Amino acid sequence: MKFDTPATTNPIDQLKVVGKPTNRIDGPLKTTGLAPYAYERHDVAANQAYGYVVGSAIAKGRIASMKLDEARAAPGVLAIVTADNAGKLGKGNFNTAKLLGGPEVDHYHQAIALVVAETFEQARAAAALVRVEYARGKGAFELAAALGSAVKPPPSFGTEADSSVGDFAGAFAAAPVQLDTRYTTPDHAHAMMEPHASIAAWSGDKLTLWTSNQMIAWSVGDMAKTLGIPRKNIRLDSPYVGGGFGGKLFIRADVLLAALGAKAAARPVKVALPRAFMFNNTPHRPATIQRIRIGATADGKITAIGHESWSGDLPGGGPETAVGQTRLLYAGANRMTAMRLAVLDLPEGNAMRAPGEAPGMMALEVAVDEMAEKLGLDPIRFRIINDTQVDPEKPSRPFSQRQLNECLTIGADKFGWAKRSTTPGASRDGQWLVGMGVAAAFRNNLNGPSAARVRLDKSGVVTVETDMTDIGTGTYTIIAQTAAEMMGLPLDNVVVKLGDSAFPVSAGSGGQWGANSSTAGVYAACVKLREAVAQKLGMNPVDAVFADGKVKAGRQSVALGDAAKDGELVAEDKMDYGDLAEKYQQSTFGAHFVEVGVHAATGEIRIRRMLAVCAAGRILNPKAARSQVIGAMTMGAGSALMEELAVDKRFGFFVNHDLAGYEVPVHADIPHQEVIFLDETDPTTSPMKAKGVGELGICGVGAAVANAVYNATGIRTRNYPITLDKLLDKLPAVA
Amino acid sequence: MKSFTYERVETPAAATAAFAKVKGARFIAGGTNLLDLMKLEIETPAHLIDVSRLALDKIEPTTDGGLRIGAMVRNTDLASDPRVRRDYGLLSRALVAGASGQLRNKATTAGNLLQRTRCPYFYDTNMPCNKRKPGSGCAAIGGFSRLHAIVGASDACIATHPSDMAVAMRALDARVETVDAAGKERSVAVADFYRAPGTTPHLDTVLAPGELITAVTLPKPVGGTHIYQKVRDRASYAFALISVAAIVQKDGSGRVALGGVGHKPWRVEAADADLPRGAKAVTATLLAGAKPSHENAYKLPLVERTLAGVLAQARG
Repeated sequence: MKFDTPATTNPIDQLKVVGKPTNRIDGPLKTTGLAPYAYERHDVAANQAYGYVVGSAIAKGRIASMKLDEARAAPGVLAIVTADNAGKLGKGNFNTAKLLGGPEVDHYHQAIALVVAETFEQARAAAALVRVEYARGKGAFELAAALGSAVKPPPSFGTEADSSVGDFAGAFAAAPVQLDTRYTTPDHAHAMMEPHASIAAWSGDKLTLWTSNQMIAWSVGDMAKTLGIPRKNIRLDSPYVGGGFGGKLFIRADVLLAALGAKAAARPVKVALPRAFMFNNTPHRPATIQRIRIGATADGKITAIGHESWSGDLPGGGPETAVGQTRLLYAGANRMTAMRLAVLDLPEGNAMRAPGEAPGMMALEVAVDEMAEKLGLDPIRFRIINDTQVDPEKPSRPFSQRQLNECLTIGADKFGWAKRSTTPGASRDGQWLVGMGVAAAFRNNLNGPSAARVRLDKSGVVTVETDMTDIGTGTYTIIAQTAAEMMGLPLDNVVVKLGDSAFPVSAGSGGQWGANSSTAGVYAACVKLREAVAQKLGMNPVDAVFADGKVKAGRQSVALGDAAKDGELVAEDKMDYGDLAEKYQQSTFGAHFVEVGVHAATGEIRIRRMLAVCAAGRILNPKAARSQVIGAMTMGAGSALMEELAVDKRFGFFVNHDLAGYEVPVHADIPHQEVIFLDETDPTTSPMKAKGVGELGICGVGAAVANAVYNATGIRTRNYPITLDKLLDKLPAVA
Repeated sequence: MKSFTYERVETPAAATAAFAKVKGARFIAGGTNLLDLMKLEIETPAHLIDVSRLALDKIEPTTDGGLRIGAMVRNTDLASDPRVRRDYGLLSRALVAGASGQLRNKATTAGNLLQRTRCPYFYDTNMPCNKRKPGSGCAAIGGFSRLHAIVGASDACIATHPSDMAVAMRALDARVETVDAAGKERSVAVADFYRAPGTTPHLDTVLAPGELITAVTLPKPVGGTHIYQKVRDRASYAFALISVAAIVQKDGSGRVALGGVGHKPWRVEAADADLPRGAKAVTATLLAGAKPSHENAYKLPLVERTLAGVLAQARG
């Protein structure tokens, strides 16, 4: 099915099942431990051996020698894989550094060997006996020091590094009110609960991989490319994923080394990356240095807006696309953005939840707050003055839906924004300085082609099969809701099977494109199934009404399962997209409101309450969507207040490589969160009229926290995370 | 993790005797720190002697009006003991400021005293660390040192002691009771229990090899207002950037100890006398000779400000 004209009324609009705050259909499996994650799939292959990864102890250089004899002689050892004996390996399209290093080393904790043994403990003990001598090379590890060498990167995913409209320099110079500020964001770790883990088994030249992955088809392709074998020889299965956040979009060392280890040991092998490897072996969100310039008239109209961002990556890597939202968010006739990329020999930078948007909005939405103050305007008013209903770089392109102003004004009302002191540092509650902050949330909607297969059996049960993944987001449930709505069934009559490369190729999970895209694919397949059912029952498909487990046409009413009484009915289709996303700018919007307390003596910053008001198209399941938004708000709070991969600039690695050192928020940090969804549908996105929501919640929330800290203290901190040491010397004396 | 053998003992005498028999033995109680260190091969004991079932799990009054806390009393039980809550509120508050409920259920009094630094370079066996591998150097000096010591450190080590409980015990003038393989008992003030790093940072305490902690004693209660203020980036489950343990009497006198600033719970008795003069004076004495790095220099004003807030709170 091709979606190339805006949707009209369709069965989804009934909203009998879709749009309901349904509990997760996989919830009982998860809460009782019956949903097996990759490393726990003890039953899929007999005789599983254990692999333990050896990581490089240096960031840059070469392996001078590697002695394996002690490790080989250790109890239980079955095989050791290194670049020397692994055979020729390619590199996946989505990998920057090789997944198995040696003799050249590209980054700290790059995998350089896998030790396979009978037990996990034996593999781990033997891995410590691999003796490696290195010739340390000189590397670049500090973004600020590498700025001079940064270059304009090639377009990434079709987006140019630079953009320019009108005469930015002239308009900025002429603007009566100007802001020119710099912001920094540090490297961030995905720090998901489930580390990367895989089990691999060979049967002849056929390879089966049970893993934890967001993008099944991409990963099958990259495994085939890396191993130099045909795609069709690989089956990859990832039904449950314990968090991804972009860290599992691509294949990583666990799955490649499991495959190589299984070949070497001639047995199924399982590999999990140890927690420390989650920080230096797998990718991270790269640090940025950003400069924002805004020029405005005295009454607050933006005349010039410029956003530049510098980031670093390994050779062949890409930039953190932090300027993208500035191209679209506010009006202004004269505009420029630019991204520059430096070579850094830190571990690979790559996508993490709202890549580009999250750190970009952390800077932009503080700059907007600062500019509003310069103008003597309420920051909400300033945003509303500069609202645009069209793409400001291409005014012929309207936004398909844009309710940013509504989000801001509704949020202001619900949050009690009017009670905010306009004088920073003026509100106090006991030992706490109290402040409120606001920021826009803004993330684009992306659609991807997505296919599904649906089967109807004679008992009236519909089974959906697609290689779509559920990374904790609720995909199982919204797909079941979609199929139930389309086929006129209760939710209990739908079975959903995900994550298997044997199923039709979906959009996968990433970039908040999963929910709308994958359900649209299920919609397409269900349209075909409805046709097949009607045909089987001798009904005109146009007249057939699917409701209450029955199909009705005229006076004819038949149980849905009757259509399959002679055998299962199977339908498969893919949703493809026309050019609506070019004609319209499809985006999701929101407003974040945060109240913080800053301890007057210690400078500790604690969030008191948070509110997000979101306009993101049809919300397929308000309960699951709310979980996505509050999770993203929590992640944004972490990036504002504590998350920072500490770079050792001498040794070239992230020092705080465990969850004690890399702090993410705990429950005590997030006392009260609320999410409001505006009642909205967007017919330009798909027949579902939905959009992504999984990344909207992290966009802007960090800035709202920063703006609240400023309102509480009068101290503007432009270097994230905002920790107490950056406030102390400017806080008033302790009474 | 290296392979090791394991035995469980029933009495302190059996524990110390077992230690004498096997080279490379270690005592294990709650295991909340030791097992992590073993998995990373930072600790590589050949033999574990499980002392967690020793009958040292009681909190009893002492003849001089104090309390004797058995070495195996769990952190949760100690924090919630009514006598501790009534008379040694500082200790109870310090305990609940540390770790998580699950860890406190498992961790013991002796084990808490003996936990090792959380310096990230100590935890990374690819890095030089004099505490982990004597003579290899210190990667923290000149590295990521935001969390490190500002006083009492040396050119060999700038690690901090991570315990909250020990800071309160230092302020309370607690003593550590031990027994050695010969059955000899001794009592060491917490003040003397930890070593300065000097040139031997691998030695955290004055315990001799095989010497077993049997109890911690608290002198009779001193009254006053007890405040434990732990300062950290996140609200729970984080080690202290700094902490202030203070007991303040109605007349403004009292005592103060710090966590997160040095290799051991930090108290300078002379600074106590300055308490009536306020936080600035106390801090100047407490942190005299401090040698912070660029990354942890904030700890000096942080101590002073936190202490000022604590004293204001104590005044009501």
